[in-house]
Amino acid sequence: MCVQTVGLLAHALERNGIATVVVSLVASITRVIRPPRALEVPFPFGHPLGRPGDAAGQRAVLRQALGLLPRTDVPVTATLVMGAAWPPPAGRSGC
Amino acid sequence: MAVLRDLALKDRLYMEAYRHARFAPGQVPCTPLRRAVAGARIAVVTTAGLRLPDQPPFDLTDRMGDPSFRMIPAEVDLAGLVVDHRSGAWDRSGVLADPDLALPLTRLRELGAAGEVGPVASHHLSFMGSIVGPRRLIDETAPAAARCLAEAGAEIALLTPV
Repeated sequence: MCVQTVGLLAHALERNGIATVVVSLVASITRVIRPPRALEVPFPFGHPLGRPGDAAGQRAVLRQALGLLPRTDVPVTATLVMGAAWPPPAGRSGC
Repeated sequence: MAVLRDLALKDRLYMEAYRHARFAPGQVPCTPLRRAVAGARIAVVTTAGLRLPDQPPFDLTDRMGDPSFRMIPAEVDLAGLVVDHRSGAWDRSGVLADPDLALPLTRLRELGAAGEVGPVASHHLSFMGSIVGPRRLIDETAPAAARCLAEAGAEIALLTPV
């Protein structure tokens, strides 16, 4: 449900003059809510920027998200390009 | 990418039946950048339910989901933040170990020092996800959040779900 919430918030911010980009953990929800700009990431719930403690990986996610901000052909979605695979989640997860 | 089948059965069945399209706005708004990202002041909005220890807790009993938000000052000690969340289904271990996963102020300052983004705004916002009935969010708290961020000098925003 968090993915829906950030999408709805993005609409409100854009209507008030703030350009937004959302991180999406669930593409199927993002594509219904249609925030203006979304970066789909291959991470489990609870980990929108990837692994805890992985500063370089987190910066890579942020760079790709920020790279969408100049886009005005909204709604636009992109998929994170990453160099390393995410290890299998240890347990169930989801907001 | 997380998928709904990762969820516990009860949560998965609920999410599969939930009609997100009821709340999808008809038109997609677009605010063009006023200046390059490298110079734009950035705010973070997360739904991780983070708050300062002395701020009121989120309401875990609201059946529609608490749509309120907490303002997090830029100079916050990330390790001191409290996590409130009524969803028992997401893995908190990552955010607890590294709050930058949801509120990446350290990472954004690093990118800012490298000239890749502007300064962080004076305040950032935290909501608690699991807002299953988002009408108050849409009508009241989301517009209020936008006004708060504008007052905090934000020109661009990154939104992070959990």
